[in-house]
Amino acid sequence: MSYTANIDGYYGRFGGAYVPELLHHNVEELRLNYERIINSQTFQAEFRKLLQDYVGRPSPLYLAPRLSEHYACNLYLKREDLNHTGAHKINNTVGQILLAKSLGKKRIIAETGAGQHGVATATVCALMGLPCIVYMGAVDVSRQAPNVARMKFLGAEVRPVHSGSKTLKDATNEAIRDWINNPEDTFYIIGSVVGPHPYPDMVAYFQSVISEEMKTQLKEQTGSENPDAIIACVGGGSNAAGAFYHYLEKKEVKLIAVEAAGKGIDSGESAATSQLGTEGIIHGSRTLLMQDKYGQIIEPWSISAGLDYPGIGPLHAHLIDSGRAKAVSVTDQEALDAAALLARLEGIIPALETAHAFAALEKLSFGNKQHVVINLSGRGDKDLSTLIGKEHE
Amino acid sequence: MNRIKKAFELSEGALLNIFFTAGYPRLDDTMGILRKLQEQGVQMVEIGMPFSDPLADGPVIQQCSEIALQNGMNLEVLFEQLAGMRKEIDIPVILMGYVNQVLQYGVELFCARCAEVGVDGLILPDLPLEEYRVLYKATFDKYGLGISFLVTPRSSNERIQLIDELSSAFLYIVSQSSTTGSGHKDSEAQLSYFERIKTLDTRNKKMIGFGINSQESFENACRYGDGAIIGTAFLKALKEQADLPVAIEKFIEKIVKQAV
Ligand SMILES: Cc1ncc(COP(=O)(O)O)c(C=O)c1O
Repeated sequence: MSYTANIDGYYGRFGGAYVPELLHHNVEELRLNYERIINSQTFQAEFRKLLQDYVGRPSPLYLAPRLSEHYACNLYLKREDLNHTGAHKINNTVGQILLAKSLGKKRIIAETGAGQHGVATATVCALMGLPCIVYMGAVDVSRQAPNVARMKFLGAEVRPVHSGSKTLKDATNEAIRDWINNPEDTFYIIGSVVGPHPYPDMVAYFQSVISEEMKTQLKEQTGSENPDAIIACVGGGSNAAGAFYHYLEKKEVKLIAVEAAGKGIDSGESAATSQLGTEGIIHGSRTLLMQDKYGQIIEPWSISAGLDYPGIGPLHAHLIDSGRAKAVSVTDQEALDAAALLARLEGIIPALETAHAFAALEKLSFGNKQHVVINLSGRGDKDLSTLIGKEHE
Repeated sequence: MNRIKKAFELSEGALLNIFFTAGYPRLDDTMGILRKLQEQGVQMVEIGMPFSDPLADGPVIQQCSEIALQNGMNLEVLFEQLAGMRKEIDIPVILMGYVNQVLQYGVELFCARCAEVGVDGLILPDLPLEEYRVLYKATFDKYGLGISFLVTPRSSNERIQLIDELSSAFLYIVSQSSTTGSGHKDSEAQLSYFERIKTLDTRNKKMIGFGINSQESFENACRYGDGAIIGTAFLKALKEQADLPVAIEKFIEKIVKQAV
């Protein structure tokens, strides 16, 4: 079985490019050029240099002693929280902004949920001197205020989106509409492995630096490139895609994708797409999504803005559908508890999104000789008010 | 399908096609609006199947879709509303929506229901050409349903040829690079695009749409195409109107004066 996108952007049955003719030219321009540009020496040199000197890569792989003791196995944390801007999102925006420049684009748009992708986009736009417009659901604008302030301070314009559930799905719709209205000069930097082909493939590649480093670091620390399992949270799925990427073909490595169950799978307020979703089309991609029998997209819920998305990337739909990856779901409360535990045991405050990956440890069991990598996708500064507020309830 | 052909034969280069959202402003308004449009001499109608995430639509159609969904509109209700329409409606009726709606209903069942109630064609902006050719076309053909694909200012002549080959209702010429209902953008670029379209020899008739909102823009579009489509401006005219038939009458009169 293949886990890479075919020429039309399909992973098994999932993927493709379901875009109105208004976007055909844009998507085609990307499709025809992205591999050539990404594989060029100039791009690679610039990309690698920025990842090292600007983002601060490689990010450490940290054997967490007290957490390991708590769960009686060997837990390695891939410290994407230590990247510049505090999450894995910047790996992707560095890649896409270089691509945008190479295509001669003059204006950057992005969607954001938690604001991490918005901040990472605003950051690289400042770096390259390009104007930046970030669409953000009005609900998220209020629950992620620190990131809104950061984006503005970096010179980006944040446009609150008031349609639908006023969260990530709607911000994505609005960014796509902006692209339709400004097709010539604008580059759309998507924040996850979602959207029409070639976005999922492109974003997965930019994030693959995570597992590329993991291989070397694990080899050094454990003697083997392979861990027994890799755990990552999944909103759209970009940090998970990056953490899984170089292990997709290695069947002996278990891949665990953690989704947000919100207030519980059956509560009607959830974002556990692989359990609640069925096959359909969202944001230009055929994948699993939460929808009613008429194909109307159901508004998801998660306490974490970055996981509050009714779909998952087509790669993950394929991984879960084919049994290559296992999906686990975690409620709001379980994530909050996991964040508190990590803070107290290791002195690391994770993002609420990331906390879901840690909460999965409660539902899985590993032997005390086993090596498990958890992708620590981001830090929790942006979530502090939620973390503190809920903890005192 | 044949109703579409006939409509083009009967009109003389100024075919007016009105788009409205099913279930807006009230759930049961669909048939009343359709009747009134036919009575006013409108030669073709597009009925929007409201969708939760209409990517190609601007704020007005988004909002009408949201209201229609809140009103309880769905495909089952729509097909029930349209069930008897061919006893009284002779003009072509086209359904417009997003491909996920058709996919979830089931392509075959959807086409069968369309044929049963007398729908003539479909517009599904996010259905890729190639996917239509391979997976949908045979079924659409079997049920005699036409399809219109979009042409945009950025579609090359070769691309338009391909779009023309696969379209069977008419070519939907999108007037500018925008979502529906955007104000008019660059006139000069639009003019040269319209000129290019006019000179292209296509099998399908050409209908110009997006952003047409006045008699002037309607007439201008009809100079370059075989007709024009008005959606957002019409829906705006229905907003908060107690007497829909009067609002419709006034709107059509304003657009066509004596032209139709
Ligand atoms: C820290 C962090 N982790 C994870 C996610 C979820 O996105 P993805 O599934 O694309 O990694 C986000 C999104 O905002 C995030 O900020």
